[in-house]
Amino acid sequence: MRAVITVLGKDNVGILAKVSNVCADAGANIIEVTQSVLQEMFAMIMFVEIGDIKIPYSELSDKLVALGDNLGLKVHVMHEDIFNTMYHV
Amino acid sequence: MINSHDILETISMIDNENLDVRTITMGISLLDCIDSDIDKACDKIYDKICRYAKDLVKTGEDISKDYGIPIIHKRISVTPIALVAAACPTKNPVKFAKTLDKASKTVGVNFVGGYSSLVHKGFAPGDYALIESIPEALSVTDNVCSSVNVGSTKTGINMDAVAKMGRIIKAAAEETKDRDCIGAAKLVVFCNAPEDNPFMAGAFHGTGEPDCVINVGVSGPGVVRAALSKAGDCNITEVADIVKRTAFKITRAGQLVAQEAAKRLCVPFGILDLSLAPTPAVGDSVAYILEEMGLEQCGAHGTTACLALLNDAVKKGGAMASSHVGGLSGAFIPVTEDAGMIEAARSKALSIVKLEAMTSVCSVGLDMIAIPGDTSADVISGIIADEAAIGMVNTKTTAVRLIPAIGKKVGDELNFGGLLGGGPVMEVNTKSPAKLIARGGRIPAPLQSLKN
Repeated sequence: MRAVITVLGKDNVGILAKVSNVCADAGANIIEVTQSVLQEMFAMIMFVEIGDIKIPYSELSDKLVALGDNLGLKVHVMHEDIFNTMYHV
Repeated sequence: MINSHDILETISMIDNENLDVRTITMGISLLDCIDSDIDKACDKIYDKICRYAKDLVKTGEDISKDYGIPIIHKRISVTPIALVAAACPTKNPVKFAKTLDKASKTVGVNFVGGYSSLVHKGFAPGDYALIESIPEALSVTDNVCSSVNVGSTKTGINMDAVAKMGRIIKAAAEETKDRDCIGAAKLVVFCNAPEDNPFMAGAFHGTGEPDCVINVGVSGPGVVRAALSKAGDCNITEVADIVKRTAFKITRAGQLVAQEAAKRLCVPFGILDLSLAPTPAVGDSVAYILEEMGLEQCGAHGTTACLALLNDAVKKGGAMASSHVGGLSGAFIPVTEDAGMIEAARSKALSIVKLEAMTSVCSVGLDMIAIPGDTSADVISGIIADEAAIGMVNTKTTAVRLIPAIGKKVGDELNFGGLLGGGPVMEVNTKSPAKLIARGGRIPAPLQSLKN
């Protein structure tokens, strides 16, 4: 089971590290990261394994969204099934 | 393999284009709550709703968080109360409405539908009392919604019920005139009412339904409009194709939510209603989709054609995306709930006459339209009869949800707030159909009913 974390907003120092720290604390293994900075806009998509995490998935989601709020970034945490369902027949 | 484009598109749909699952509606049968003692019946109803729906709101919120898709409403529909009230003929059925209201507040849902009566062929025990009690029931409750089915393709139109409902709609508005006549906004008169519709105010749990069921209504007019906007100057066949593709994606999201909700609540999944349901929020408008297709404003000549295309393409795209499609499934055109329709009504580009034509090709009827408070009950009945005739002949659902704005005239505004929105009082043809309405009886079922 994987979740997709997306982070969008103004670029800043340490965004990737801070998001990764929250994942590490929760025991969520990061499988893949794509990130780009276009002008000053930061966009990151991160796939994490959530099958064996130490805290409930909803708590991880809350922590990441709260982190985004603190950093002025828009963070979405979504189960991968939503994309598999919407884009694959 | 999930690619970044799909992920970013979905995020944009949610953040910028109002993609959401509009409602998870739990249908609950109250047939086993029937009792000749109204107090006992109400206790059973309250207990059953609270038992079955205790986790509904939390489950909806959990799914929303897990999948990152907003789920706006969690609601309940119940067996038409006229069937339950028939066992206690000497009692005022408003007690049932109060019980439903109390139960809805206990479990935290924002609407409960089913203060309803099905009289398309005639009145059975319970129907008269229930219909007469609707104005009071909607006045003394906050969350209860009511509907009455007055016709069907199979049975024709019960003109006695049509006559009665003209008066009842007016009375519902009168009883709530201190609250912008909101009682009438929670009352729908149907022809061919679906028994599994998850959307309010017309939801009820039909007698052919299981004990408990989860029905889900998707939405997303903003997403469709944005997709058309990105496509630019393509021809109309391509427009239909874009709508289909978009409807497919939206419906798939709804299907996932519906299956997950059914699994977590241990309740069978009923249907997915793939309707485009607008809200007053800017960007969440069905009218804007029609305008994106090339109309200067909704209501212009060409509107009916655009709506026909939209309604059909939504069905075609959505049908493959869900294992069970039902309810109303199409495009809604509630005037006060749609920013584009409100603007069109204010500028007089959109009239009731045009809306009536539009209802012949979309999934509902004359919905959320404020009319002058002095409109006679006969005229309202005439409007109901016309809409029911469109539904009966075209073998489709039509509905009438008119709000007589008591004390107001054309051009004045009603404001309900929230999802019900607000808008201008629209002009109605005041020539009297009184003689027609007074005839009573039943309009015979059309030839297309003879399919056996």
